[in-house]
Amino acid sequence: MPAETEIHFREAAAKALLDPQLRANFRRAMDGLIAKRQAQFPDPKDLQDLRDLSTAIRSRSLLSLPDLLEQLETSCARNGIQVHWAETCEQGNTLILNLLKARGATKLVKGKSMVSEEMHLNAFLEEHGIEALESDLGEYIIQLDGETPSHIIMPAIHKNKGQIARQFSQKIKNAKYTEDVDELTAMARQVLRQKFFEADAGISGVNFAVAETGTLCLVENEGNGRMSTHVPPLHIAVMGLEKVVARLEEVAPLYAILTRSATGQPVSTYFNLISGPRGPEEKDGPREVHLVILDNGRSRIYGDPQLRATLRCIRCGACMNHCPVYTRVGGHAYEAVYPGPIGKILTPQLEGVGVRHDLIHGSSLCGACAEVCPVEIPIPDILVRLRREATHADAGSKVAGKGTGRTLTEDLAWRAWAAVLQRPRLYRASAWLATRFRRFIPGGLPLLRAWTMSRTKPLPAPRSLQERLRSEGLPHV
Amino acid sequence: MSDARTAILDRLRAAASPGEALPALDSTVLERRHWPPAERVLRLRRGMEAVHTEFLEAGPEGWPAVILAFCEREGLKNLLYGPGTSAGARLAEVWPADGTRLVPYDRPVETFKEELFQAVDAGFTTTVGGVAETGGLLLEPGPLEPRLLSLVPPIHLALLFASTIQDTLWSAIRALGWGQALPPNALLISGPSKTADIEQTLAYGVHGPRRLIVILVNDLPRTPA
Repeated sequence: MPAETEIHFREAAAKALLDPQLRANFRRAMDGLIAKRQAQFPDPKDLQDLRDLSTAIRSRSLLSLPDLLEQLETSCARNGIQVHWAETCEQGNTLILNLLKARGATKLVKGKSMVSEEMHLNAFLEEHGIEALESDLGEYIIQLDGETPSHIIMPAIHKNKGQIARQFSQKIKNAKYTEDVDELTAMARQVLRQKFFEADAGISGVNFAVAETGTLCLVENEGNGRMSTHVPPLHIAVMGLEKVVARLEEVAPLYAILTRSATGQPVSTYFNLISGPRGPEEKDGPREVHLVILDNGRSRIYGDPQLRATLRCIRCGACMNHCPVYTRVGGHAYEAVYPGPIGKILTPQLEGVGVRHDLIHGSSLCGACAEVCPVEIPIPDILVRLRREATHADAGSKVAGKGTGRTLTEDLAWRAWAAVLQRPRLYRASAWLATRFRRFIPGGLPLLRAWTMSRTKPLPAPRSLQERLRSEGLPHV
Repeated sequence: MSDARTAILDRLRAAASPGEALPALDSTVLERRHWPPAERVLRLRRGMEAVHTEFLEAGPEGWPAVILAFCEREGLKNLLYGPGTSAGARLAEVWPADGTRLVPYDRPVETFKEELFQAVDAGFTTTVGGVAETGGLLLEPGPLEPRLLSLVPPIHLALLFASTIQDTLWSAIRALGWGQALPPNALLISGPSKTADIEQTLAYGVHGPRRLIVILVNDLPRTPA
């Protein structure tokens, strides 16, 4: 994890803003996604009712989370799915490596999984001589270039077909240059079919895990998820511990709002419910199914009643599609596995509010994310809360890195502000000075400089409001 | 392993608020999606055709002939099927010796994996229902109809009886008893495999079947005009 390295969303964002190709790619994609989602929710009452139901389901699941996880483990065991627990990414990675090693597996196909991105699983396995090939087309495209996803649903959204055509023609054997999307898709199909055929193991994420029936639900369009989970003899699923719900019935509305919010589809091509390995009479399917449940800071987030709402997320990506900041800077500027609004609240909580200080301030708090969130996560409220956490080390707080984002300049500025506002004479004197010498305030002052670097210096009015009111004969305020 | 388990569950339990009432679940938004049987068929069809699913209509008796005609029209070399279902048995009964070869999926995949991946033209499966609201087929792969039958062959032919179409996925889960017990694999399929990962341009047939053909059997009772 890059927790110790300096990460500067501000600089990365500024760089991204200068890339017209990147901005055009994102603008086009986000506009399309916004329109498609809108078309799926023609009736505002239906939408609100479905959001209320989905929010209630996720809240209920979280309220009984420890019980549901234990029930999930029992149900999975009954179905022949082996459950493993990992407190950290490192533990999870080692666990998976050991499972693969014990079975002599060296070739791996992967379905799309954000948790495995969070664990940096591919890099870890490759260090240990295991090929981990992404099989979702978007993930495959970015893996060819050694990139990370720029969107949680559409990982290669930052690229246009020209860029992909060049990349395929250089990196796929015997591939010709074509910008025809069908032909590009067919090329990937050919390469990956062979990989599915050969793979020793498949890794997938989990969209929802059902405690009562011991079922892993996977949502996808391509069929690579089904290939990864049904063709190789070993299937390992990884999930964050918040993914569990009580009953299968509760999955139906979550699934309905997930696909509509994510890509504006009423339904995905496949909804794959896995409740066990190959049965005694079955002719195919994996011989073994394992489920790895990852914590990585989630149980700490769970400990805070307000921040717990972060764990309601069903990873639809609607918040990033509607975010004015994300649309302009793209997913890579965040330098985080989870970009966009959900990333701005999740990443600092996982990695620390101090090291990820830029992220919590990289928002205009416009509220578009909360407005479209299918499970009504109050993202702006949580951002404001985290901004406070970054500068205050409150005793009861469990937030990672609390208080470490405090700077001396900001501290002094606020102290001065408080001192002036508490002393009426000093306040009036300061106001008089600021208005009379308004043209002489140096733009290079600390804090003010952040504004004047790219904007005109604000000019105070010639007279303060108090003075004007007094001269209009209004009573003293 | 158990250390991590204990530590995680302990942390969660310490933070949980056992006294807190669970929010109520109001599912009326799902219940109000309800259509008469004939309209369910139309809705399912509209939903699935929008994502390139093809439909062949058939009567309760004549559906095997419709499948045979399709295979011959398309010049398919072979059709993989599950011989253990009653639909599979009917298909085998009427299938001629020449033309498209009917191949039973009756042995472990390991014994013919290469053939399955490279030489099979199409796979035939039954369904246990459909979803009217969004369009979609419900399948229970298993010993009689293996999981890869509807996934690996480039064409998937699926038999759907109109009377089994449910209003929503939610009502289907209830009707099929999936909430109580599930087979090792259960599926919803709404169309052929697709992707929009390149510039959001839809492309069909990325990893799974390139074509999904639904043989829609009209077994609804006739309603007086």
